Amino acid sequence: MSAAGPPQGANSSPSGGSEAAPAASVGAHQPSAAVPSSAADVKPATERVLTVRDLRAYYRTKYFGVSREVRAVDGVSLHVDRNEIYGLAGESSCGKTTLVKTIVRAIRPPLGVVDGSVTFNFAGRDRDIYALTQNELESIRWRHLSYILQGSMNVLNPVRRVRQSFVDFAYRHIQQPMPEFLAQIESHLDRVRLAPTVLDAYPHELSGGMRQRVTIALATVCRPDFIIADEPTTALDVVVQKDVLTMLREIQREIRSSMILVTHDIGVHANVTDRLGIMYAGRLVEEGRTVDVIRNPRHPYTSHLVTSLPRIGDVTQKRGLEGTPPNLAAPPTGCRFHPRCPLAIAACCVEAPPLIDVVPGHRVACWVTAPLKEPVIAQ
Amino acid sequence: MSAALLDVDHVGITYTVGGLFSRRNLRAVDDVSLRLEAGSPEILAIIGESGSGKTTLARMILNLAAPTAGAIRFLGADVTRIRSNRERMAFMRQVQPIFQNPFEAFNPLKRIDRYLFVSARRFAGAHGRADIDARADKALHQVGLSLAEVKGRFPHELSGGQLQRIAIARALISAPSLIIADEPVSMVDASLRMSIVNLFKALRDELKVSIVYITHDLATAYYISDRVLIMQHGKAVESGEARAVLDHPQHPYSILLKNAVLSPDDAGKPMSPVGVS
Repeated sequence: MSAAGPPQGANSSPSGGSEAAPAASVGAHQPSAAVPSSAADVKPATERVLTVRDLRAYYRTKYFGVSREVRAVDGVSLHVDRNEIYGLAGESSCGKTTLVKTIVRAIRPPLGVVDGSVTFNFAGRDRDIYALTQNELESIRWRHLSYILQGSMNVLNPVRRVRQSFVDFAYRHIQQPMPEFLAQIESHLDRVRLAPTVLDAYPHELSGGMRQRVTIALATVCRPDFIIADEPTTALDVVVQKDVLTMLREIQREIRSSMILVTHDIGVHANVTDRLGIMYAGRLVEEGRTVDVIRNPRHPYTSHLVTSLPRIGDVTQKRGLEGTPPNLAAPPTGCRFHPRCPLAIAACCVEAPPLIDVVPGHRVACWVTAPLKEPVIAQ
Repeated sequence: MSAALLDVDHVGITYTVGGLFSRRNLRAVDDVSLRLEAGSPEILAIIGESGSGKTTLARMILNLAAPTAGAIRFLGADVTRIRSNRERMAFMRQVQPIFQNPFEAFNPLKRIDRYLFVSARRFAGAHGRADIDARADKALHQVGLSLAEVKGRFPHELSGGQLQRIAIARALISAPSLIIADEPVSMVDASLRMSIVNLFKALRDELKVSIVYITHDLATAYYISDRVLIMQHGKAVESGEARAVLDHPQHPYSILLKNAVLSPDDAGKPMSPVGVS
C-alpha cells in the first residue's frame, strides 16, 4: 500500500485505522489505496525515483485456439527512493525477472502489460515509461536507466573487443570527443579495479569475475539514475561474488543512483540491500527494511526462507518447504501460498490478503500474521 | 587393514593446452589424496572455487577421466584397470553420479520413468515389467516420491526439486555404496534445497551410502558433511573434520572462503571489505 501511496507520514493514519478494523474491511480498504491520487500532491521527504503501481504483466499465448495466460506479475506496487538499493527475492519462476523486465520496458510478446503503471522520476521529471516514444526510450536507456541482465557474464559481444562494446553502449550518451571518452572509461574501470588493458581484450580472454566487473562498469559509466541488476553474481563463486558486490555498492554510493537488485540469495540481500521485497507466485508478499524483513519476518513464506538457511556454526535441523511452487497458469485461489502454508486458515483459500503496513514501512500480505501485529502499530 | 571403499592416492591430471607453438601443461588436479573407509558411511564435502579441480576429481573417481599421476582404488581395485564390460558394469553399480543441473541431466524428449527402468534392468538385474516397476517404485519411495506420481511424465512437467529427487532415486536403484554428487543443490530453489540436503543425510544414515558432496556452498557443507576437503588451483589445501575446519580454518585460502560467505545474519551491519580481487 505504501509503495503505491504517499510516504509514511501521510500513510500512517489510514493504514493505522485499517489495522484496527477486521480483516474483511482491510480488504475493502485496499482497492481505494491502490489508486493513490495523493502521491503527486504530497511532496515526499526523500526523492522517489521509481513508482510502480498495481503492475500486472501476463504471458499470453494462443495455440490451436487454446489460449493460456501465465500471470507472472500480478498486482505489484512498490517504490524506490534515490540512493537506495531495493532487493527482490523469491524462488525461481516467481516473477522476479519478469517484474524487472516490465519495469525497464524490455518486454516483447507474449509478455504484455495488462494493467498498472511504471513511473520514473529522472532529473525532476515524472515519466511513465509506457507512454514514451521509442526515441525517448532510447535516450533514457543507459543515460538514466541501465540494466545488468541475468547471466551478464555472457552478454558481451564475443567478436568485439571490450573497448568497442563501451563505444557501442555509451559513446552516444557521453557528449565528449573520443579521446576524452576513452580516458573517462579508463578512470571508470579503475573503480572496479580493472587495468586499462582489458579494453583491448576479447571477452573470452577475461575470467568470469572480470567480465562481470566489465559489465558493471558498462552499466554505470554514464552515471545512471537507476540501475537494475538481475542476479548479477549468481554464476560466480563466493570470493569473487563478495568482491563484485562490494564494488557494485561502492559505485552506487558514489554516483548516488538507485538500484533494484534481484537475487534469490538472502545472504546477498542482507549484505547489500536497504529494503527487501519478497515475491511469491507473481505477488509481493512482504516488504520492508532488509534488517526488519530478515530479523523479524512476518509472512510465513519469508520466515521459512530465512530460518531454513543453513549457517556456519549452526547445527540445528533445517527443513525444506513442503509441496511444489504453484503453476502461474492456474494459480491457487486466495493467497497463493496457502497450499504450502503451515498457518493457513479458511479465509486464505478464498480471498487474497492485501499488502498492508504492520509497522510503517513494513508491509505484509497475510491474513494470519499481519493483523496480529496491531499492538506494534499502536506504539 | 581392510581395503578402503575409496582410496584416492596422490592423484594428478595434466592437460596439454594451446597450439603447436604455445603448448603448455595445465595441472587441473595436483597430488590430491583422500580416503573413505568401507563400513562407516560418511559425507565428504569437496569445497573450492570454480576452476579448482573439484569436478575433474569427481570425473576421475567416476572413471570418466584417467589420472596422469597416482591411482584411484575402489575396494582395493584400481579403477583405471577396468577393461571388460562386466567389470565396468560392476563398478558403475557401486558408484553412481548425481549432476548439477537436473534440467540438463534428463533428455527432454524422453519420459522420465525410462531412466529408472533402464537403470533397474541394467544395474539391478530386474526382469519383467512387475519387477522393474517394483524396483523403481522402491527407489522413488526412498526419496519421498512414488512411481504413480512420476510414470509417463516428461522432465518439463516436474519442478527442479522433483527432478533432482528422481536423479537421486535413479542413482539408488543399483544400491550403490558410493554416490558422487557434483553441486547437487546449486540449481535447486532455496525452499526445496534443504529437503534435498536432508535426503543426503538420510541416505547416509539409513541406506549406509557414502557420499562425496562437491559444492562451493560452505553453509550446506557445514550442515551435512562429516569431513571436508578444501581445494584451490587443483591442490588440496586443507582437510579434516567438517565442523572443526569450517569453524576454525587454518589455511589462508580457507579463511578467505569463510570470510566471503554472505550470511543472512549480517543484515544491518556494514559489509566488511575484501582485500583481494
